[in-house]
Amino acid sequence: MASDSIVNWSLLALSAPGWGGVLLQGFVNSIQIAIGGFALGLTLGVGGAFGKLYGGPILRDLLECYTTVVRAVPELVLILLLYYAGTDLLNQLLALFSIGPVDISGLMAGIFVIGVVQGAYSTEVLRGAIKAVPAGQIEAARAYGMSPLKVLRRITLPAMLPYAIPGLSNLWLIATKDTALLAVVGFSELTLVTRQAAGTTKAYLLFFLAAGALYLALTLVSNIFIGMLERHARRGFAEQR
Amino acid sequence: MTDQTTHAVAFTPEDLPTARSFFQPHRIVMMLVFAAFVVCVAVFMRWDWLPRYLPRLGWGILVSLVMLFSTAILGFLLAVPIGLAQVTGPWFFKLPAKVFCTVIRGTPLLLQLWLLYYGLGSLFPQFPAIRQSFLWPYLREAWPYGVAALTISFAAYEGEVMRGAFAGVPAGELEAAKAYGMSRWTMFRRIWLPRAIHRALPTLNGETVLQLKSTPLVATITVVDVYAVISKVRQETFLTYEPLLLLALIYMCLTGILVVAFRTFENRIPTRGA
Repeated sequence: MASDSIVNWSLLALSAPGWGGVLLQGFVNSIQIAIGGFALGLTLGVGGAFGKLYGGPILRDLLECYTTVVRAVPELVLILLLYYAGTDLLNQLLALFSIGPVDISGLMAGIFVIGVVQGAYSTEVLRGAIKAVPAGQIEAARAYGMSPLKVLRRITLPAMLPYAIPGLSNLWLIATKDTALLAVVGFSELTLVTRQAAGTTKAYLLFFLAAGALYLALTLVSNIFIGMLERHARRGFAEQR
Repeated sequence: MTDQTTHAVAFTPEDLPTARSFFQPHRIVMMLVFAAFVVCVAVFMRWDWLPRYLPRLGWGILVSLVMLFSTAILGFLLAVPIGLAQVTGPWFFKLPAKVFCTVIRGTPLLLQLWLLYYGLGSLFPQFPAIRQSFLWPYLREAWPYGVAALTISFAAYEGEVMRGAFAGVPAGELEAAKAYGMSRWTMFRRIWLPRAIHRALPTLNGETVLQLKSTPLVATITVVDVYAVISKVRQETFLTYEPLLLLALIYMCLTGILVVAFRTFENRIPTRGA
């Protein structure tokens, strides 16, 4: 192995004998799942937050159950449950319409699983953000005769954004890190690929540190964009601190 | 992570239902439906494996709890200097603390765990000095790596929280302490630390629940916690849902107990007003 030098950098080469290309492919998979899961979670979160704030008592309680369960049970357990239950349910549904079982792609399953978990988190973040919007603004919009959807699009969503962005950006970072848990169900994202590469070449430290650098780079780059977004959303606010 | 996010990600005392709110008509109907669901699950699913595994499950829960409390306490002890260094330290303390927090918070815990277990674990045997030291019997086990990874992670997240808490203690209180002639250490011990902990308490609760949610990861490095026991059950009985549902229920109960304990603790601290 690495006899001539301490670190055998050629293991990270992009082409076949090196594992760099495989690692990058895993990284791309991770980012895809994180983006998909975050987007699905955001959609669920907007619905969930409005349901919790303006829904009827039954809807509100059901949403409360959803967020409570997701926030009280480890992501790893939820991912296993949703992974098996989700694919099972889909196949049973398809069997009901007499369509044969389909092989659900790992990517779709991963996005679904991360999305459902993120949905509960963003429900809570968005609910807090919507509650921070001064009630008078929403009442004024209603008094102008705007329909609920128009109030949502023109007033509530833009006005809550500055309050929601810190929470949502944290959720994005959590989503990128939660993709690593999919390694446990055997989806070839960055962490699992790293472990395979490390196990094959026995260069454990090198590969795990390389993967750590990739994750860290993703976080740092995200932070730059989050900072820009936050400044944009907070323009017109009095400077705090 | 901010207060708000911790609340969104972890179940916290504010979410506990009040006793009175249970007896609204629609809730009674919903609880009946849920009870029917539970009965269906109990009757139509297979639970005959449960008595056989009960002792092992109990042991697994104990391991999970020991993991949680040992790493939370150790992590908190590390978090106080990390937070303090970022608030008052000179740059050669401030910078490493900042880098530590950023790096640990920027990478997945699973990766850190595997880095320690597989990476360091494969490195240690190459050094005869380590193999002959008194630590070697422990370093051959899996749990020290689990404890180390969880402690480091908790210290990083909590260090960031403590930084905010230390910075948020009103300057007037510290000046008052100084005016009373307290030495720096007395001031820290009597005013700064207790006030910071008090400020950080709600977030600390959330972080501890998050830590509980992270403990099953140690099962991936062969520590036999409750998650590992359930995985074993799944392998041996070929059941998919029953063990996982039980596992989810166990974690919900643990979270619930933890949160109730926190609320009791928090209510015992006297605050102005309220």
